[in-house]
Parts: sequence; structure tokens; C-alpha cells
Amino acid sequence: MTELLTSVIGRSIAASTPLLFGTLGEILTERAGIMNLGVEGMMAVGAVTGFAVGFHTQSPWLGFAAAVAAGALLALVHAVLTVLLRANQVVSGLALTTLGLGLSGLIGRSLIGKPLPCRFAEAPLPLLSELPVLGKALFSQDILVYLSFAAVPALWLFLFRTRAGLAVRAAGENPHAAEAMSVDVVFVRMISVVIGGGFAGAAGGYLSLAYIPAWIEGMTAGRGWIVVALTMFSLWNPARALIGSLTFGCLFVGQYFLQPYGISPNLLMMLPYLATLAALVQGATASRTRSQCAPAALGQPYERGIR
Amino acid sequence: MTIHRWQLVPVATPASLRIAVCMAASIAAGLALGGLVFLLMGIPPVTAMLKMATGSFGSWYGFKETVTKAVPLTLIGAGLALCFRARVWNIGAEGQLLFGAVAATCVGLHLGPTLAGWPGIVLMFAAGAVAGGAWAAVPALMRIRWGVNEAVSSLLLNYVAAEFVQYLIYGPLKGKTQFGFPYSDDLPNALWLPTFYGSRLSWFPLVLAAAAVVVLTLISSRTRFGYDVRVVGENPAAAAYAGIPFGRTILSLMVLSGILAGIAGSSEIAGLHHHLTYPWSISSGYGFTAILTAFLARLHPGWTWLSALLFGGLLVGGDIIQTSLGLPFATVNIFNGLVLVAILAGEYLISHRLVRRSAEGGPR
Repeated sequence: MTELLTSVIGRSIAASTPLLFGTLGEILTERAGIMNLGVEGMMAVGAVTGFAVGFHTQSPWLGFAAAVAAGALLALVHAVLTVLLRANQVVSGLALTTLGLGLSGLIGRSLIGKPLPCRFAEAPLPLLSELPVLGKALFSQDILVYLSFAAVPALWLFLFRTRAGLAVRAAGENPHAAEAMSVDVVFVRMISVVIGGGFAGAAGGYLSLAYIPAWIEGMTAGRGWIVVALTMFSLWNPARALIGSLTFGCLFVGQYFLQPYGISPNLLMMLPYLATLAALVQGATASRTRSQCAPAALGQPYERGIR
Repeated sequence: MTIHRWQLVPVATPASLRIAVCMAASIAAGLALGGLVFLLMGIPPVTAMLKMATGSFGSWYGFKETVTKAVPLTLIGAGLALCFRARVWNIGAEGQLLFGAVAATCVGLHLGPTLAGWPGIVLMFAAGAVAGGAWAAVPALMRIRWGVNEAVSSLLLNYVAAEFVQYLIYGPLKGKTQFGFPYSDDLPNALWLPTFYGSRLSWFPLVLAAAAVVVLTLISSRTRFGYDVRVVGENPAAAAYAGIPFGRTILSLMVLSGILAGIAGSSEIAGLHHHLTYPWSISSGYGFTAILTAFLARLHPGWTWLSALLFGGLLVGGDIIQTSLGLPFATVNIFNGLVLVAILAGEYLISHRLVRRSAEGGPR
């Protein structure tokens, strides 16, 4: 029984990791005032690029770095369109998703079914991983899981305790005031979108280099959209993003444990999406303080000197 | 000495010619970028694109296939164009289409031989329209009641709808006459839409799509509702002052576009498949491609048929390079995505003009 519990918790944490990476990136992007609905596309491109590079170089780290770079590169398209050319952010995000899914299908066509020679292996932390139940579940994961956990306080500290983080939030709350504070809003927004895309690429890289590990077309399976919803649920706070992704990790794994009870797998597959809808409602109706509201200028294009 | 420099200045109301030229250039640029991707991936771009072009527009058969795909794109795209004008983001047309298909199939199978022919067909389409509209009402009501972002909620409902269709075809609706395939039973022959000779194109949905274009164009240009839609989109604050009911506008637009998507779903069942099948076979991503269709038409319902033809052609071309060059079907998304990126960038060129002016003393 404890073994089952350990494995459920362990798998749930692994399943939550791509959601956490993606959500942290989208939090950074949206805190700077740009909404990027292209997470699904950036994730897919990250997954296929990471796998391709890992496959050819036999190095999971090079693969992961390539995944991050690929996500960031695709996000750069969004940054140019929405920040420099002030295009509609919803539409540009959809374009990114479409483009990313198409590119990943084409790049990955010769990689389908190939085994990865170099996945990220489990790296049990000494002592901690020997604790009963939770020890093995929490501390016997691969290194990317630890990295995603470490990114939570790191992003929180960056956003709320550094000058640069303040500039990001100012660009998202009131870009005109930020500009008056001598923040280069255009630059801040561009860089936030690109780094946010890097996080989405990392999420994809985690899927294809550690979680599955293989390249399957369409392997992101809507996780990018769950990330967008989780960002709203998280109230743009990295700590809540951790709670949200862990919940969804449990749901992803839970559906497999419910299957033997004769419930249609297709109905169970709806669960994460229905739960995301519930989380959206919760996020939208939660009573909140000032810092938990959506960035005031989210979705609005900014043009220097013009109100 | 005066210094002259080039500057981009906004154009308030761009001329139609300027729009047409910029749009054409954007589409060409998007397709050219797609060719560049092919080149980088080691696929001969000219061969591939010629195959796509001749397969979709180069032959009578190919053109009929293109029109067959343009019909659902026009139906859905016209509705979405109106939605997007009001900045109501219905990204869930795919799910609304699927629910329309489910309802039409259920009605068709139930009616069976009792109500054959046109009354039965009309009833099927009506059921599909109601189901599509009802599914679209969900994100609208979530937006009105709780302030939930309708783009994300309507998109998530696509996944729910796709799983629901699969649940039906593997479970309750699984046909007894389909040799174990996960399809529903076939509709009775009397409920199949008549097709043009030698094609899969039915005239009934074609007429409906044409009617949708005309009616929505009139609604958007001639009615109070169309005016409300524009104001809500351009200036929500002004709309509130003018007493335009925001919630009712959202709900009407979502339901209207859902109805059209439901009709498209019904026509895919009654005209092409004749049974409920895998969700990805019922719709080859029409709900998403219709979003691009609406944008290429610059959110004018009256132009959706033209942009639907282009994207219909791309879908047919995608099928062709899939079989002849062994490329994954997703490849066509590269073109779709790049065309949309190019249109977004082109929008900037439409609304801005390059002028040379003196740096000092000139008008701002």
C-alpha cells in the first residue's frame, strides 16, 4: 500500500513538472503585461527540439538547453508581433500555437518511435530520499524536477524582491508610469516574453527527455492550455502555481488508477480539462488583495508617449 | 540645415487598395516563409508547393475538394468574424462543431426510416445547430457569471467535446453494423445529403454557407446589433455608457457562432461521413482554421468565403503532400501559422505609412 502511495505521489509530481515550468514562464510573461496563448506551440517545439538534440548528441543537458532555446526563439516571434508591432495578443498567441504544432510535426517526423539513449535519470538525493513514503516520492526524481521546484522561490524572489522584478511588474501594471520611472517597457516586455517562452520550452523538454521519454506527435496534449488556465488560477503568484500544478499532476495520474473501476477512459480523460475549468472559476472569483489581481495592463499594447 | 529622416506614421483610415495590396503581400510572404521552412528541412519547396497548388486549385476534382472544405470554414469563420469584432474570443468552435455532429447523428439515427428525406435532414441540422449553440453558451455564461476568460474556457471545452465523441463511438453509440470499428451505425440513406455528381460536395451546406455570409454581412452593417458589436469591440467603456448590454452581446455572439459551427458539424455527418467517427476525422481542425479564416477576412463576414477558399486549398494541399511526400498532416499548420503571423505583421504596414519628414520643426 505504501509502495503504491509512493509511486502515485512520485508520478504525480513528475506529471506536474511540465505544468509548473510552463506556468512559471507564463506568470513572468503576463506579469510584464503580455498574454501568450502560444504555450502549447512553444511546448511542442521545445519537446521535439530537445528530443532531436538529445538523440543526436546523446546528452540530455544539451537537449534540454536546446528545448529552452527553441521555446524562447518561438516566443521571440510573439514578442516582435505584440510588443514591437503591437499586434493583438490573443491572435498572435494562436498563431504561435498553430505554427509550433506544425513545426514540431515536421521536425519530429523521423524521430517517431526512436528510443532516447540518454534520458534524465532519477537522481535520488542522499538521506532525504530514504525517508518513508514521501522521501522516495519527493526526492527520488530526476534533476529537472528539483530544478522546477527551485524555480518557484527563485521567480518569487525575482518578481517581488528585486529591482528588475519591480520593473517587470510595473510594465504589466502601468507601463506609462513605468516609463516615467525610466523603465524601458518595450525591452522589459520583450525579454519577459522570450524568457517565458524558454520556460515553456523547458516544459516540453521535460516531457520528451524525462517524462515519456520519446517523441510522439501531439504529446503535449493540451498541457499548454492547462498552463494558461493555471496561470489565471495561480493569481500570477509562483507559490500558487506550485499548488495548482501538483493538483493537476495528481489528476493526470489519478485517471489511470480509476480505469480499473470500469469508468470509460475517455470520460476520465476529461477530468483534467473539467478540473481546469473549475480552477478558472476559482481563480476568477477568489477574493483577492491588490497584488493578486491580473496585471492591470495585461493584453494592452503599449506605445511610448501615447496614451 | 534641416535633417530629413524616415518615420512610420499611423494611417487613420487606410484605403481599400492599400489593404488589398498589403494583404496579398502578407499571404505571399507567409507562404514563402513556409517554403523556406521546407528548404531548411530538406524538402524541395518548389515541388511541394506546386503539388499543393495544383492539387487544390489546379484540377476540377481538386477544386471541388477545396470547396468542400471551404464550406465549414465559411460557416464557422463568418460567425467568428462577428465574435472577434466585439473582442469576444470564441476559440471553441471545434467543440461546438463536434457537439453539432453528435446531435445530428443522434437525431438521424433515431428518426431512421420514419421521417426520411428533407424534413428529416432539416431536423438533423436544427438539432446540430441547437447543440452547437448550447455548447457555446457555456463559456459565455461562465464569462458573464464569474468573469472567466472565454478564450481559455472555450478552448478547454474542445478537449472535453473530443473525449465525449470518443466515449460515444467506443461506448453507447458504437455501431452494430460497423465490423467492430469505433463508428456509430450509418444514417439511413434517405438522410444522406445529395452531392454534386462526381464529388463529395453537397449543395445544401453550400447554400447555407452562402446564406450565412449574406445574413451576417447584413447584420454587421445594417442592424443595431451589428453596431453594438463594433462599439463593444472598439471601446467597451463607451459601450457601457451607451447602455449596450455587454453580457447579452457576448451571449448572442457566442451562441450565434456556436449555431453556425453546429450546422457545419451536422453537414459533415449528413454530407460526408454518414456516421459518427473519430473527432479528428469529423473535423480536420475546422474550428481552429476558421479562426484564421476570420482574420484573413479582416473580420468582415462578407469576405470569409474568399479566405475560406484559401485555407480550404491549404488543407487539401496538406492532404496531398501528406500522401505524396510522406509529410505529417500537421505540416499544413506551418503554413497556417506563418500566414497568420504575416497577416499580423502586415496589419502594421496597413495602418502605418513610411514618410520622410524634417526632424526639426515638422508637425508631430
